[in-house]
Amino acid sequence: MMRRRQFLNLSVSTVGGVLVYSVDRKGFGILAQDKRLRIPLRFFNENEAVIVAAAASRIFPSDESGPGAKEAGVVVYIDRQLAGPYGRDAHRYTEPPFEDGPVEFGYQGKVSPSEIYREGLKKLKGFEDLSAAEQDDALKQIETTHFFSLLRRHSIEGMFSDPVHGGNIDMVGWQMIGFPGPQMSYFDDVDKHFGEAFRPKPVTLQQITGTKVIPGEDGK
Amino acid sequence: MKTLPAVDVVIIGGGWTGLLMAKELGARTSLSVVVLERGGERNPSDYPADMDELDYAVHHRMMQDFSKEPFTIRHSTSDQAYPLRELGSFLPGTGVGGAGEHWSGLCKRFVPNCFEAYSKTIERYGAKKLPDDHSIQDWGLTYDSLEPYYAHAERLLGTSGQVGNLRGKKIEGGNIFEGPRSSDFPTPANKVPYFSSLFRDATKSLGYHPYPNPSATISQVYTNTDGVTRPACTYCGFCTAYGCMIGAKAQPTTILLPVIKKHSNVSIRTRASVRRILHDGPATNRRARGVTYLDESGKEVFQPADLVFLSSFILNNSRLLLLSGIGEPYNPATGKGNLGRNLTHQVIVPAAMLFFDKPLNRFMGTGSVGMSIDDFDADNFDHTDLPFLRGGILRALSDTGLPIRTFGIVPPSVKSKWGAEWKKAAAYYYDRTASINFIGEHMAYKGNYMDLDPVYKDHNGDPLIRMTIDWRDNERQMVEFMTRKAVEIGRAMGAKEITPYAGLGKYEGTRYQSTQIRGGTIMGTSPDVSVVNTSSQHWQVPNLFVLGGSTIPQGDSIGPTLTLMALTLHVADAVVNRYLKSPGKLV
Repeated sequence: MMRRRQFLNLSVSTVGGVLVYSVDRKGFGILAQDKRLRIPLRFFNENEAVIVAAAASRIFPSDESGPGAKEAGVVVYIDRQLAGPYGRDAHRYTEPPFEDGPVEFGYQGKVSPSEIYREGLKKLKGFEDLSAAEQDDALKQIETTHFFSLLRRHSIEGMFSDPVHGGNIDMVGWQMIGFPGPQMSYFDDVDKHFGEAFRPKPVTLQQITGTKVIPGEDGK
Repeated sequence: MKTLPAVDVVIIGGGWTGLLMAKELGARTSLSVVVLERGGERNPSDYPADMDELDYAVHHRMMQDFSKEPFTIRHSTSDQAYPLRELGSFLPGTGVGGAGEHWSGLCKRFVPNCFEAYSKTIERYGAKKLPDDHSIQDWGLTYDSLEPYYAHAERLLGTSGQVGNLRGKKIEGGNIFEGPRSSDFPTPANKVPYFSSLFRDATKSLGYHPYPNPSATISQVYTNTDGVTRPACTYCGFCTAYGCMIGAKAQPTTILLPVIKKHSNVSIRTRASVRRILHDGPATNRRARGVTYLDESGKEVFQPADLVFLSSFILNNSRLLLLSGIGEPYNPATGKGNLGRNLTHQVIVPAAMLFFDKPLNRFMGTGSVGMSIDDFDADNFDHTDLPFLRGGILRALSDTGLPIRTFGIVPPSVKSKWGAEWKKAAAYYYDRTASINFIGEHMAYKGNYMDLDPVYKDHNGDPLIRMTIDWRDNERQMVEFMTRKAVEIGRAMGAKEITPYAGLGKYEGTRYQSTQIRGGTIMGTSPDVSVVNTSSQHWQVPNLFVLGGSTIPQGDSIGPTLTLMALTLHVADAVVNRYLKSPGKLV
């Protein structure tokens, strides 16, 4: 399916000045010098991406307690997931019959995550233009929907997954909570620092392995 | 269908038990052995790049592909079953090594009492204490008969731990409730991280008997009995759902595969998905002729063999026997038949979520390292005045620090689930929160079993296995009791706020507990009550042996990996020393 190439425009100030960040499928780093970043979108159109970015920012606001979904690039993360095997439901059993079952057996629907977003976002038209308080009210209206539970879960994933997946830019999520990413050894530290914060400098998987890591969303 | 050249032995499934049997037969016989594994190859060198919580622990890269073949589930025979459309309460592996590649490494022996839970319960409390619908029964094997195999398995794995009962002598600091060991652990206990140390000190002050978890994430460099050397664990925290990046965690690919590769009589075929075991002969003394499987190209082929080992994932063992028409399916209405019976899991809950005012640095640890108490396990405490039987272990594990699945837990005083207040609290408590985990025994009941699903099929058109499983009051009461104990311990640990577990409702297929489901092809002393004998030989098909957790009639509270390895070594002895000399029924 062909579609016009869509971009998410982010101002540099919202993504933290100088950064090295893979903005396309090739995964090379760029230096943000021109005050605007144009990130190619894989699944969302521009308007959808703006709404998702705004909604994720209400779940994880940027405030004095630390960076939020905006700085972490959560929308980029979600966009890539929905365009990949997860969004297409490649991991889920999708044979009929589809019947609503008890909550203990999980989501039984036919609709894939990418379709759930596409439908759910239709109900948030104009969301980006609302005030913060109005946005919170709009989200409270859909708080019990499957769409919102995915949005919340994916916001957490986009904050705290390895930057190779498009979110957690510059490891801002990990730095906020004191998680150092994948490290080779805590042998000398695991039984020390009792009662005190031990905070090694965070590293990404790519940095620690020194090899190119192909994330699941870029697979078949 | 193409018929391949006959081999002596075919092993279905290349996980812990299948590969251990392959290694034993490779080393001790000259038989031609083929292992059929439906997943792909795996090598320890694949694993440094797997330290990615999203792809491995959230999207389950190493697990059975549920898009092609899930399980269905219902709470009782009067309910409709639904597919578990996504992996949930347990995570079967796929690929060489199976779930053994992504296990946590907890390596504890079963307590002697659990092998005879039925008769020991009657002896102490009388038959009336047992719930009406229970179906627990003794194994027919005892701890003492398995002890040498436990010791052997520990030497293979290099298990780290602190002895609590050496040849009957109780030793403080170890688990004084463990069965007598003939030898100490091969390697000393692991280091104790902060949160686990708080648990140790608190439980000791309350008069309990904390011990360091026995673990296959080893404390120091170790060379095992096969000459395989592994490095010391570095406590990186990527164990459960991951292969070990340095091979410190014992995995089939680190301790079995290199040895198997030295034996030219053993070969492993990957992407070989077994569909049926073919058999002929009279009903009570049939003979397995071999297996049919879909090869790498998707073509179905017939592999003749004189001896068949079925060692796939627990539920898939029952499924393959049901699909192959081997043995009488269990009927819960009449109690007839044994195939599919005694499906049990474990009762695992965060009994008390603790919130501290100090950071815990809980990203450091392993899937198994930590401290536990067995004071309320099995029948280690008097149940006379309690509304339940059996028990479990309260423990402070160390592998709770990866953020995607643990971020967002906030104390009861915070009501929101998103937004500024929640985010601030969740970020603050991320490294100040950990749970006292309860892992309990799930009693076997007449109504918990497996059969073939009448509606849902796999991608080949074969019926899925249907689980009928739910908790009973025994488990609910047990959890309530343990939750109270956990809260008491949490207070003694200095927690500022505590969220007690809300209580066990219905069995949840979505909430991960453990991959340690059991039953379906249980062992026993008579074909009237079991599918295989105590040497794991099928009662009706003497050249078919079933390996793994499916043979456990009534489990212990803890994970069975070490026990399954001990059982496999016990079966290997029975096969090599007895069966091969005189093929036929072992009695």
